[in-house]
Amino acid sequence: MAAAPAIQLEGVTKRYPGVVANNDVELTVASGEVHAVVGENGAGKSTLMKIIYGMVRPDEGIITIDGAQANFRTPKDAIDAGIGMVHQHFMLADNLTVLENVILGSEPRSGVKIDFEGASERIRILGDTYGLRLQPNQRVEKLSVGERQRVEIIKVLYRGAQILILDEPTAVLVPQEVNELFDSIRDLREEGHTIIFISHKLDEVLSIADRITVMRDGQTVGTTTPSEVDARQLAEMMIGSELPSPETKESTVQNEVLLDVSDLALLSDEGRPVLDDITFVVRKGEIVGIAGVEGNGQAQLIDSLLGLAPTSTGSITLAGKSMDDLETRERRAAGIGLIPEDRHRQGLLLPSPLWENAALGHQYKEPYANGIWIDKKGTREHTAEIVRRFDVAAPNVDVPAAALSGGNQQKLVVGRELMANPTVLLAAQPTRGIDIGAQAEVWEELKRARAAGMGILLISADLDELIGLSDTIHVLFEGKLVAKLDPSEITPEILGSYMTGAGEKKAS
Amino acid sequence: MKSGRLLTSVVAPAIAIIIAFGIAAVALLLVGIDPITAYKEMWVFGTTPESLIITVNNALPLFVSALAVAVGFKMGLFNIGVEGTYLIAALFAAYVGARVSTTPVLHVTAILLVAVLVGAGWAWIPAYLKVKRGVHEVIATIMLNYIAFALSAYLFLNVFRAETAGLTIATDLIPETGWIPSLTPLLAAIGIEVRAGANLQGFVIIAIALGVGYHYLVNKSRFGYDLRASGINPTAANASGVDPKKMIIRTMLISGGLAGLVGIAPLLGFYHQYPQDFPRNYGFNGIAVALLGRNNAVGMAFGALLFGFMQRSALILDLRDVPKEIVTIIQGIVVLAVVIVYEVISKYVQRRVIASAAAATEFDPVTSAEAA
Ligand SMILES: Nc1ncnc2c1ncn2[C@@H]1O[C@H](COP(=O)(O)OP(=O)(O)OP(=O)(O)O)[C@@H](O)[C@H]1O
Ligand SMILES: [Mg+2]
Repeated sequence: MAAAPAIQLEGVTKRYPGVVANNDVELTVASGEVHAVVGENGAGKSTLMKIIYGMVRPDEGIITIDGAQANFRTPKDAIDAGIGMVHQHFMLADNLTVLENVILGSEPRSGVKIDFEGASERIRILGDTYGLRLQPNQRVEKLSVGERQRVEIIKVLYRGAQILILDEPTAVLVPQEVNELFDSIRDLREEGHTIIFISHKLDEVLSIADRITVMRDGQTVGTTTPSEVDARQLAEMMIGSELPSPETKESTVQNEVLLDVSDLALLSDEGRPVLDDITFVVRKGEIVGIAGVEGNGQAQLIDSLLGLAPTSTGSITLAGKSMDDLETRERRAAGIGLIPEDRHRQGLLLPSPLWENAALGHQYKEPYANGIWIDKKGTREHTAEIVRRFDVAAPNVDVPAAALSGGNQQKLVVGRELMANPTVLLAAQPTRGIDIGAQAEVWEELKRARAAGMGILLISADLDELIGLSDTIHVLFEGKLVAKLDPSEITPEILGSYMTGAGEKKAS
Repeated sequence: MKSGRLLTSVVAPAIAIIIAFGIAAVALLLVGIDPITAYKEMWVFGTTPESLIITVNNALPLFVSALAVAVGFKMGLFNIGVEGTYLIAALFAAYVGARVSTTPVLHVTAILLVAVLVGAGWAWIPAYLKVKRGVHEVIATIMLNYIAFALSAYLFLNVFRAETAGLTIATDLIPETGWIPSLTPLLAAIGIEVRAGANLQGFVIIAIALGVGYHYLVNKSRFGYDLRASGINPTAANASGVDPKKMIIRTMLISGGLAGLVGIAPLLGFYHQYPQDFPRNYGFNGIAVALLGRNNAVGMAFGALLFGFMQRSALILDLRDVPKEIVTIIQGIVVLAVVIVYEVISKYVQRRVIASAAAATEFDPVTSAEAA
């Protein structure tokens, strides 16, 4: 290794109230490599990345970029040094276009005017070079998660980043999208970029990374390469236990129908059908999986079931009661729970304390409310219960949700919804961002709820999770349910081909 | 944690006020006036018992106005229309109040009711425009202010003005049953003797009740939870079952209802009729007070008192040939400084808390939940 390492960290420490997020961290990332960072929820991965990116200032430690000592005060300093970061939680302005989002903060000027055409052209060239296709004039709120991801990456490349930090970029991508992303990453490496990649999916890590660093309790415990370890050994390095796998043993499905959806349809603002002729049932004690590439109508399906898409048509019945004329609050009160696919958008009040977050979606009923008042005492006790049972790493229930690591925020949301014991739970990406150890616990909790008679609609990009947990799987493709499959008879590969529309004919 | 909160809520405004007076001192020096003397005069004049009572009276409409603004702020709605709303509401209240005669308590209640209903009704317009037509409430409320100015002037001159008025142009006098009695006799009874001419307005009790009500509504009630959630994260609030449109309408109605009460203190406590020069600017200053008090009931009460005090003590400057506009400048700088200082202080507090957390605490959910 002749060239200086792209990034070198020595003795980096960062303390937060009640937590040492990074403790004397050592990390060396060689120039031009894909370097994966893995570790449990709250291990300190995101914090470390934010330190490299100048968003968080370390309390101690030395950071060297390309051989020169760096002292970043803001992300702008890091960007100037050629570092770009795509966050675990996207940071795009919903109501701006792709183009506007990309150039935001680094507007290309010709005189006093912004050079939109030039920028648009550059975005196109970047997209072509790295396989990151995008329409520059589309509004970001219309984009799927996979597309948002591309916007974030393009944004970083647009600013000339040589070193890219990708914090859990694959958390909600289905395998095809992951492959596309990996192709882009390989192209980038080919061009000499250095990439830091964070993921809880160890198979992915092993397939893309040149080297892997493991973090535990705020410290780096070692660096290895994919040829030296397999997923099991990697898991042991991380948490000291074996890889769990989702699996439901005997069926608990009963006859009683809890959720009956028929002829559900929804048009987009442009009049294009985004949901069409959706008909399915969820029975008592059943987990119904919805497979599909993100952006095929999953978000709209959830919104329609919750009454958040007022123009949807068709009928929805919950435990024999029609939901069609009910508002969102009434539907939730009737027993529809929600684990949203994007916890920051629909699931949390980031600046508010954990206990207020625990009430979100249930703020009208016990133990959160007492008549017209919020029951603070009851809510705090209940929150402590969620925190304990779902193993949310938090110093107390008064810290803001923003102070939790991504995976711990997710555990809070999952715990809140499961403990509310809804009749039917809409679970979109329930284990998004949760580490492999905690994942097994969430799966256990879902199975326990199912055995107790809850009906669960499971939307997941993780095909193993989908196949392992579901009693029935529907494939959602371009707004339609194109196939109904028995999970005991399919593999992720077969399911994957259905999801791209290829299996459609075989199914009918 | 506790000391951190004290630091941000007390020290920040205090520093801001000192900075504001400092900058104003420089301005005074530049125009050749000794700031120390000027401030001393203001303090001596402003702290006489009579001045203090007038300070409280001055603060009343400002406080109510700040409450009206703050309710909207809490859900991210900017109601700039308090100014126009209270003028219209006070005019109607004065007119109806003069036409009714009944028992004292009932009469005042009826007048308050008219003011609240007119205020809420007026604020419903921008709410409707936002919900149905997507018009931003800032635009709508600013425009409605101008309409309110014109409409109230027209109604006043052509419809509501008293026919038999003497020298002053005003609406009919409200019968004494519709006045809010002064608290000065009460003060006298507990041994605080005040020179005639300064009457502590009875509205003070209503204002305190409104402040307490605001605190409970916003911070303790389910409605307040929905309100704050909508302000912090509208999509999450929506998914949790808060209908954003209903929320906008309700919040604007509450804000408008409060705005309707802004003019009541001077109307029922002082003028007892609506004169042509009915005091202006409570609506705009209320925005500043809400900022100053950071939408917190006690904070806004202090902010309103501070503004009331400056308004009163400024009067002495005129007598000393100092332009009293200097006070307006101070008020402006205070608000700016508070906003800036607050940011700096809260960053500092955060850092201090973090440093002291080196001795990491073990998490025990039960005891930590019981601790509060
Ligand atoms: N702004 C903050 N204030 C207080 N504590 C914080 C803050 N940000 C992170 N922490 C704490 O620091 C620790 C490390 O968090 P970090 O986000 O780096 O974890 P992570 O490894 O990225 O986890 P995940 O896999 O769940 O995303 C956690 O205990 C978290 O609660
Ligand atoms: Mg993270």
